[in-house]
Amino acid sequence: MTTLAVAPNAGTETPVLEGRGLTKSFWVKRNSGLLARRSRLHAVDDVSVQLDAGAVTAVVGESGSGKTTVARLLARIVKPDTGEVLLDGHPVAAARSRKFAAQVQMVFQDPFASLNPVHRVRHHLTRPLQIHHTADGDVDEAVLQLLHRVALDPPAKFADKFPHELSGGQRQRVAIARALAVRPRVLLADEPVSMLDVSIRLGVLNLLADLRDRERLAILYVTHDIASARYLADTIVVMYAGQLVEAAPSVTLTDSPAHPYTQLLLSAAPDPERLERPVLAARGAPPSLLAPPPGCRFHPRCPHVMEICKRMAPPTVTVSPDHAAACWLHVDPADRVVDGAGVTPGTSPNPEGEAEVQRPP
Amino acid sequence: MSTPVVSDLSSPGPPVAPRDVAEGADPVLEIRGLCVEYGFGDDAVHAVSDCDLSLGRGRVLGLAGESGSGKSTLAMAAIRLLRSPGVITAGEVLFHSRSAADGEPAPTLDLLAAGEEELRAVRWSEIAIVLQSALNALNPVSTIGAQFDELLATHRPGLGRASRRDRAGDLLELVGMTADRLRSYPHEMSGGMRQRAMIAMALALDPQVMILDEPTTALDVVTQREILEELMGLRDRLGFAALFITHDLSLLVEFADDIAVMYAGRLMERAPAASLFRAPRLPYTYGLLHCFPPMHGERYRMEGIPGSPPDMRDLPPGCAFHPRCQWAMPRCRQDVPKLEPLAESRREVACWLHRDDATAPAELTLPDPAVAQPRTAPVIDASAGRAV
Repeated sequence: MTTLAVAPNAGTETPVLEGRGLTKSFWVKRNSGLLARRSRLHAVDDVSVQLDAGAVTAVVGESGSGKTTVARLLARIVKPDTGEVLLDGHPVAAARSRKFAAQVQMVFQDPFASLNPVHRVRHHLTRPLQIHHTADGDVDEAVLQLLHRVALDPPAKFADKFPHELSGGQRQRVAIARALAVRPRVLLADEPVSMLDVSIRLGVLNLLADLRDRERLAILYVTHDIASARYLADTIVVMYAGQLVEAAPSVTLTDSPAHPYTQLLLSAAPDPERLERPVLAARGAPPSLLAPPPGCRFHPRCPHVMEICKRMAPPTVTVSPDHAAACWLHVDPADRVVDGAGVTPGTSPNPEGEAEVQRPP
Repeated sequence: MSTPVVSDLSSPGPPVAPRDVAEGADPVLEIRGLCVEYGFGDDAVHAVSDCDLSLGRGRVLGLAGESGSGKSTLAMAAIRLLRSPGVITAGEVLFHSRSAADGEPAPTLDLLAAGEEELRAVRWSEIAIVLQSALNALNPVSTIGAQFDELLATHRPGLGRASRRDRAGDLLELVGMTADRLRSYPHEMSGGMRQRAMIAMALALDPQVMILDEPTTALDVVTQREILEELMGLRDRLGFAALFITHDLSLLVEFADDIAVMYAGRLMERAPAASLFRAPRLPYTYGLLHCFPPMHGERYRMEGIPGSPPDMRDLPPGCAFHPRCQWAMPRCRQDVPKLEPLAESRREVACWLHRDDATAPAELTLPDPAVAQPRTAPVIDASAGRAV
């Protein structure tokens, strides 16, 4: 990629799109009949992210970590319980308005599902151009321009195709072109390449990189693949069980991860270059979000777990400039003692949390 | 119902000569000249064309390829479990069994010529499968224990109820679960646990061959590595051979002994894992290896492979990869290259660049890092440079 600047403007400019303290829980039904009850699933808990113009921010996490919900919260498809979304520093109204949609667009995971099979590519691109009046006159010409921007050449040939006549990579390019039709400044891409064949993933990632560099788009890249996040993103934030655990420029994060969970992810990722089998930094599975463990949500799996981790949620610590991790290990031992905030009686470990400590052998 | 073998439909090709197994070790499963088509006549899609593959006893053979390349079709056809409209039109699949009691070789069985009864005796007890979706493979309305019980009661009629339960518990413990999970239904377990239970079931009858069809693709990376490490540990202890099918070449480099690469229904390259990774000979393998961004070092723009995988209904003439190949020659557009051994013995490649007087580009002639290598610690040949 042409620019590999990390932490693009390090807080000097107002981020284009920002989520502050986003929290979202869903009500899920458990059991049925007489035993039926609704439980609260804590999908996203106090997550803040910033998207800067001309930068890609990656959200990395396992399935169920809440990364897709963060993208949906930022797109205003899902309303947060608390927290707010700011566009250019101004809070966005609760309803998803057309004005907001013209600035922030989403690209979904499955290009086989996100395009209507009975319409040609031309239709998919014409609709947003007409609805948002962004064609500047000739709609047909604008459609061809869009196809050209996503490197579907010759555009005239692709405009008349149906989705089923395209390969997965070409479909995802059409989905990206459709998002670009309204001239957005922010693109929220939710696992845009995970459904694609290995040999064409890089092409779509490079397209996103080009859009960032040429058109200064702010891009959120949601993925479970930390290697592709390292490749594409300027900044990576790592999510675990609905919370942010670490954020840093992408090379810093992958070369010197500060949070034990990030270390675990990196030790598990396939890496043919490594010389010997890695030792997994931890085992087990993420906790249930219906009853997350008290304290740090990673403590039942953490190889460095301390007493305080089980009782209090860790503060966000600045490990180095631009590099933050939510982990007690990075707090000065002298400060780890229960300070003014104190351990309130409610935060003592509950039996469920203790049970989580034991993992299947 | 087993996949029908309709060998008279195919034009009588040259007889398949018995070939030396690449690794020289004794093979447990040999696939020779296998052809599989979907549909009949002129409209038939040639999903697998003329594939030769041999799995050494106790070895892990990785089969890599993109979706639609025919890797699952090849494996399912080899054990005659391919569903209609798939038909096998040519080839043979030889299973060189060994008796579990004394290790003496049993008569070789051609699975494509075998009858229902012979296949029943081999399936699961000698050749077991782990599929990608354990949720679909397990019965949702009975407990894991009941499914183990049924399996053992059918295949090991001599065992009593109590010993069947003990055996099931032992098997679960083998894959890192606790025996109390026997009372669980599949929906009560996480994806990783279901896949573990599936593996335990596949191991129940001490098979000689395990076919792993994308066993961890639906799982998170941490669970994936846990399960694969357990599987490889079990392989070392129990000595089964495994055919490991996946689209993730980087995973195979870590976990397989040998790797075969498929493209558009044909086997295109076959080599020991480290050789394939450090010194690929096939342009497609070279491109595929450059599709995985590195986890270390400088970041630089990578281009992947231009174009997209071919439409199996309308394959390009000659080598199916030539429209995407940066080194394509006129000959590649006309003649289909066959998988043939290279001078360096243990590897085979189907590419005209390595035939006759053609000059292969420097990228495809990197020195092969040693021929025999320990599986766990690939030696880096400094002169080979970084392949990725």
